[in-house]
Amino acid sequence: MNEIRAPFRAYAPGTQPDNDSPQYRSTGLRHPTRPLLKIPQTITELTGPQFSPAHFPPTDNIAVNGTHEAVGERIIVEGFIRDEDGRPVANTMVEIWQANAAGRYNHPRDTHDAPLDPDFRGSGRVFTDSDGAYRFITIKPGSYPWSNHANAWRPNHIHFSLFGAGYATRLITQMYFPGDPLLELDPIFLATADAQARNRLIAKFDLDVGKQDYALGYRFDMYLRGRNATPMEDNHADHH
Amino acid sequence: MQTTTSQTIGPYWHLIEDRSWSDLTRFGATGEVITIEGTISDGAGAPAADACVEIWQTSPTACDEFPGFGRAATNEAGVFSFKTIMPGPVRGPGNTLQAPHLAVTILARGLMFHLATRLYFDKEPANENDPVLSLIEDKARRNTLMARQTKAGVWHLDIHLQGDAETVFFEI
Ligand SMILES: [Fe+2]
Repeated sequence: MNEIRAPFRAYAPGTQPDNDSPQYRSTGLRHPTRPLLKIPQTITELTGPQFSPAHFPPTDNIAVNGTHEAVGERIIVEGFIRDEDGRPVANTMVEIWQANAAGRYNHPRDTHDAPLDPDFRGSGRVFTDSDGAYRFITIKPGSYPWSNHANAWRPNHIHFSLFGAGYATRLITQMYFPGDPLLELDPIFLATADAQARNRLIAKFDLDVGKQDYALGYRFDMYLRGRNATPMEDNHADHH
Repeated sequence: MQTTTSQTIGPYWHLIEDRSWSDLTRFGATGEVITIEGTISDGAGAPAADACVEIWQTSPTACDEFPGFGRAATNEAGVFSFKTIMPGPVRGPGNTLQAPHLAVTILARGLMFHLATRLYFDKEPANENDPVLSLIEDKARRNTLMARQTKAGVWHLDIHLQGDAETVFFEI
């Protein structure tokens, strides 16, 4: 049995947020009210899209527009993408998007009264190398207000989108910054019960990731679901 | 190390949107070209106008000409649309055969964790023995996954995040 057929492991209890998270108001009318139906991982869930840099050209430096530098504190963000067993997730596509240094998204629906920066588009795409490493150059995003509750502000964050080996490993997350006082007030960050799990969304400040006279650095490692040792077919009695 | 915690895709994910991705035939795939269209609505029946819909299909097999994967945004009316190749059946657990289907992922503001469901094709005889559809005990709810043909080559599915017509969502 090919290893690719081994199913992905269940998420550790409490480490993922509940869609029914009332403190985050937008969940109210959008979360399913009936229990999710557990289905077996078939070829559809065990495999997933593979993106090639040829079809999906990478942009790793989003702090510059041609020769124009974006306004803000330039940072380098790098890390590894591994599975739960520490195996590198190689050649996988990593997408990021974020607000500019003033806390404004280059997006028609963002009405926050903060300036747009013509030199900051706000999104990028890279691929991990054979060791699962990725690296972006960007600017530190600003905090922005939102309408969730009175005087609500999102902590500084960078959105991440990852695919991994299968449809079942899809991950959308946000990277936060150490020492941000808004974290403990943020219903999105707090929607995950396990404090250790949510704290792993906070990047580590690391001068060595940065570059002298150029940028500060942050390290942000991410982990995707690992595979069970037992191949899928053996989990289903109907096979025998 | 445990799997990294999911966070909402938020309302501004369009910064990574590339509209060409909703056309899975753009790299030259050939076959029975179909349009998949649908709507997403919330528990009050209002359109989810800022959602990201992703599809993944293992038939036909992904290759240079066919990515198997697509992404589309819902518009102000909660409508999304894809152009792809009609899938065939694929093998299921044990000796079963899965009816033609697409995996569908919904990501949106207000969803802390993406929702997984499937799109099947109404009146397809193989639906009767599909190993995933069969897990839905309330047969009426199987219809929440059935795209209906509205005209030649066009299939339509309404996805309800919440409420009486709530779509069946999966834990995978
Ligand atoms: Fe954001």
